Amino acid sequence: MTISACPACDAAPLALATAARAPHESARLILSLPNVHCAACIGVIEAGLVTLPGVQSARVNLTLKRASVTALPGINADMLVTALARLGHEAHELDATALSSTAIDRQGRDLLMRLAVAGFAMMNVMLLSVAVWSGAGDGARTLFHWISAAIALPAVAFSGQPFFRSAWASLRAGRLGMDVPISLAILLATAISVSETLQDGPYAWFDAAVTLTFFLLAGRYLDHRTRALARSAAAVLSALEVPRALRIGPGGPQTCAVADLVPGDLVLVRPGGRMPVDGVVTDGQSELDRAILTGETDPVPAGPGSLVSAGETNLTGPLTLRVTHAGANSSLHRMADLVAVAEASRGRYASLADRAARLYVPVVHTLSGGAFAVWFALTGDARLALNIAAAVLIITCPCALGLAVPAVVTAASGRLFRRGLLIKNGTALERLAAADIVVFDKTGTLTFGAPKAADLTGHDPAPLAVALALAEGSAHPLAQSLAVAIRATGVRPAKLNNLCETPGAGIAASWQGKPVQLGRADWVGAVQGDTTATCLRIGTAPPMVFAFTDRLRPGAAAAVAALKELGLRVMLTSGDGPGPVTALADQIGISDRTARMSPADKAARIASLTAQGHRVLMIGDGLNDTIALAAAHVSIAPASALDAARAASDIVLLGADLAPLPDAVRVARIAVRRMRQNFAISVAYNLIAVPFALLGFATPLMSAVAMSLSSITVSLNAMRMK
Amino acid sequence: MDILIWLIPVSLILGLFGLGAFVWTLRHHQYDDPTGDAERILLDDWDTRPKP
Repeated sequence: MTISACPACDAAPLALATAARAPHESARLILSLPNVHCAACIGVIEAGLVTLPGVQSARVNLTLKRASVTALPGINADMLVTALARLGHEAHELDATALSSTAIDRQGRDLLMRLAVAGFAMMNVMLLSVAVWSGAGDGARTLFHWISAAIALPAVAFSGQPFFRSAWASLRAGRLGMDVPISLAILLATAISVSETLQDGPYAWFDAAVTLTFFLLAGRYLDHRTRALARSAAAVLSALEVPRALRIGPGGPQTCAVADLVPGDLVLVRPGGRMPVDGVVTDGQSELDRAILTGETDPVPAGPGSLVSAGETNLTGPLTLRVTHAGANSSLHRMADLVAVAEASRGRYASLADRAARLYVPVVHTLSGGAFAVWFALTGDARLALNIAAAVLIITCPCALGLAVPAVVTAASGRLFRRGLLIKNGTALERLAAADIVVFDKTGTLTFGAPKAADLTGHDPAPLAVALALAEGSAHPLAQSLAVAIRATGVRPAKLNNLCETPGAGIAASWQGKPVQLGRADWVGAVQGDTTATCLRIGTAPPMVFAFTDRLRPGAAAAVAALKELGLRVMLTSGDGPGPVTALADQIGISDRTARMSPADKAARIASLTAQGHRVLMIGDGLNDTIALAAAHVSIAPASALDAARAASDIVLLGADLAPLPDAVRVARIAVRRMRQNFAISVAYNLIAVPFALLGFATPLMSAVAMSLSSITVSLNAMRMK
Repeated sequence: MDILIWLIPVSLILGLFGLGAFVWTLRHHQYDDPTGDAERILLDDWDTRPKP
């Protein structure tokens, strides 16, 4: 290296060389950037990340709204997130292992490659065919057929593989799927064309074989892309919850992955944290929020000896747990097994495309086989009979059928995604359109699952001032919410002495020489009601009760009204007590409500409705809804739901607003109408073309026109999604 | 019609060239972030000198 005057010029290549020498030591971090939207953001974020010490490279992907960063092992995502926050960009860490979508990417690229080869072959063969159709002489015609064969044979062999493979698999399983007639038509068209070319025949169907492959692959690719986009968005949601825990080791608490915990480990859970495992409390006093597991909004006290389940939230004090069940044995995972059982029962749903294929496949095979038999019997000419049979198979081949559903699903999912709904399952729209009953969960679904202090107008300002001062001294969610509500009425906090909080019970102090307490009803000496409440006691005066209601999600009442208008029956099932359930149901206009439902009760309710012939749409978020979500005909979960609930549902609602729900039903109904229209269009084309083919008048030109026209009409019809 | 001996190979080679170009872009992950690539053209970081 030459000696230069600028130390940085020497340092930069040195640093690069060091980085290049140790690539295996660097870690890959993925950040989610929900608000990145323009070139300026890309520039700021990439430059900001790269200037951090230890960061080797950073690349923003605007399509996925993610940044992938390569950094030295010492760097963790929190440092990057805080650095980006200083630059004014919101960022969240994503679990890199949860985003291993490389297999899906590879599959997509593979399909795209086959589509490109089919497209290339289609264009060239079609050009040569135009020359043949415009009346090329005998010699030129055979030459063009040979050139077409040279292009079409490798193209069909390469591009047709997805169909051949799937047809072979379904034949081996003893079924006749849609891919069997498709493969048969492609192979027969190619084989007949080769034999006709060898015999200098007038017609070759090479263009039909490659066009068919191209259009059907386009349908396949659309289908794949819709599912891959939904899957990657869903993966981001799960990757946002990085499973970490604080394990108490010999050197104090240390962060570790939840997967590494084993029964017997001691784990520290800070207030506000979620229990990573099932365990027993060994130390600490606190309250637990079990809403996500049971739907109850009332916090439950916890102390040494209490059993806790994974998924519960710790509210007030730090807790030390001894792990009893971790990983696959924890209650979260046991719930997931129940979900798998419930889902298996739904797996029997036959999609519209399946039902169409079931009607279509035998008809086509009979027609084609019949044509061969009749023509052979009448003329005794096997070549002619085979040609006609192949023509029938090609003309009826479900080019448009292959596009009919994927094109509609792509258009509808794109539209719903812009409204904040993520369609995770290909048949979800069809099932949603059929739903006639909506079952809502309460906590976390219709409400935020966060309490709001009820009306305070009946209280005197003096006790309110005391309550405010006490509430501001605690981090408990009820206290925080009460403090915000009292502040809003314009009351100033009273002056207190000796403020002292008892975790899991409440907060106490002295005010003008009298002891004052704010906390759980039993702790201050009041009667426990059936609504969520906190009590204030001043001296020896009777305790005052502050009731809480859960905050309703915006658009809840409007969504319920709109769903009713669409002709759906709306029901509410909740694990919460009857008091809050009735109050909320009255507020948003649901007359059919049930309280204190266990997870199994909810699933049983849905099963009995299904047995009565209803199609149930379940909307829920908690672990207690998971089995019901999987058992229902179709299900929706909000993005704030637990991972397991989101995994069990077909559609995820991304925003906090419930207003898109009726839109989803409306769009699903339109989508199903479009699918039916598309089937009708392709059947209509067949009805016109098949008689020609049966009578032996079908030409390659005719099949090319019919195929392209029907595919284009079907795609245009799908895009008519308002 | 002797010209066909030239024209057909030429048209096929041109078509194959296009197909090859597409395969090359696919192999180089150029479809991974279409929105980002459309926006990146507006960045002026390397307007005055080439990116090292």
